[in-house]
Amino acid sequence: MTYFSDVAALARKDILLELRSRDTLPAMLLFVVSALVVFHFSLPSEASETASTGLLWIALLFTALLGLGRAFTAEREQRVLDGLVLAPCDRSAIWLAKSLGVLVFLGVAEAVALPAYALFFEPVGWELVAAVVLADIGLAAVGTLLAAMAAASRARELLLPLLFLPLVIPVIVGGVGATVVDDPARYLGFLALYDLIFAILSWASFEYVVAE
Amino acid sequence: MISARGLGRRFGGKRVLRDLDLVVRDGELLLVTGPNGSGKSTLLALIAGLLAPTEGEIDVDLPRGRIGYLAHEPLVYKELTALENLDLYGRLYHVPERRETIGALLERFGLWEARHQRVGSFSRGMQQRLALCRVLLHGPELLLLDEPHAGLDASAQTLVDDLLAESAGARTLVVASHDPERVSPLATQALALA
Repeated sequence: MTYFSDVAALARKDILLELRSRDTLPAMLLFVVSALVVFHFSLPSEASETASTGLLWIALLFTALLGLGRAFTAEREQRVLDGLVLAPCDRSAIWLAKSLGVLVFLGVAEAVALPAYALFFEPVGWELVAAVVLADIGLAAVGTLLAAMAAASRARELLLPLLFLPLVIPVIVGGVGATVVDDPARYLGFLALYDLIFAILSWASFEYVVAE
Repeated sequence: MISARGLGRRFGGKRVLRDLDLVVRDGELLLVTGPNGSGKSTLLALIAGLLAPTEGEIDVDLPRGRIGYLAHEPLVYKELTALENLDLYGRLYHVPERRETIGALLERFGLWEARHQRVGSFSRGMQQRLALCRVLLHGPELLLLDEPHAGLDASAQTLVDDLLAESAGARTLVVASHDPERVSPLATQALALA
């Protein structure tokens, strides 16, 4: 129970920081809506549903990247991560709390993006919603670990996309697949498996990312 | 107890510490002096476990939750209030009677009236006082203090002197200071880094 109370305290702090600073979420919302508007005007009217679905996933992926790029800004600029890693709590609690924060921000961004997608492109089905929810878990889990790694680097703006994009290709494959095939169960299962494997790997390896 | 043998640390090609042997027993106060860039802060970060040595080894026979580390930065969130920052640390350190302990520290360091202000609006001295509250919150057995008097006015410097006086003998202390006259009367060991 102590572990989860540590996670709750850290996650609450991240939400509070965002409510105060409004550094991340407004940028994510603006970006995802702008991207969908641009795609709407750039895609030919006779384009297939598959093409518009692919563009939606690109918009969601880069929105996640935008949020992840700022995930450890407060800790990096004020060196607070040193204070957090000295605390006796399990260091993976920092990763889990930060992942939950990223997940909340992604969820809010998608609560705006999916209706916008329905407005500009195609109706949103249950399989797209399920795929987005499962994809978010994987994006937040892997992305938070990589954001912590990148935060320690001087080339963080370059390093995060270079590490993140190749690792989340399976999320795009699963997300697009679940949305365009008749039987999405196989792709949704694939996304769930990706989440499980990468959440465990990220949880277990965060300790080594924040310790020298 | 802290013990180091042949301790060294490089940052890229630059060697900051080299071949340092050190033993600090429980209850001792080690005063670390030296010019800027001599490795005082690096030594404290090595003892805290925030840095790993590139040469030699260091042992600290305390879990990290029993260490209080005062760095150059206050290690607090500027968008949160003083109270919110201390509450977060109090939860992570599982401090018993957290609210009472935080209230007493804020009173002691003259921040009670400013407890609901965001740290970003604090002066350098107020941030240093908040950092001292953070460091003492969990009753650490080992205090690592990097320039504890820096940025403080005369009355707050006296608070730090009082803290050092009451901690001497009761806790193990490692204090890096540019102002050794304030610390040396209490020091049981001195280390001058070049």
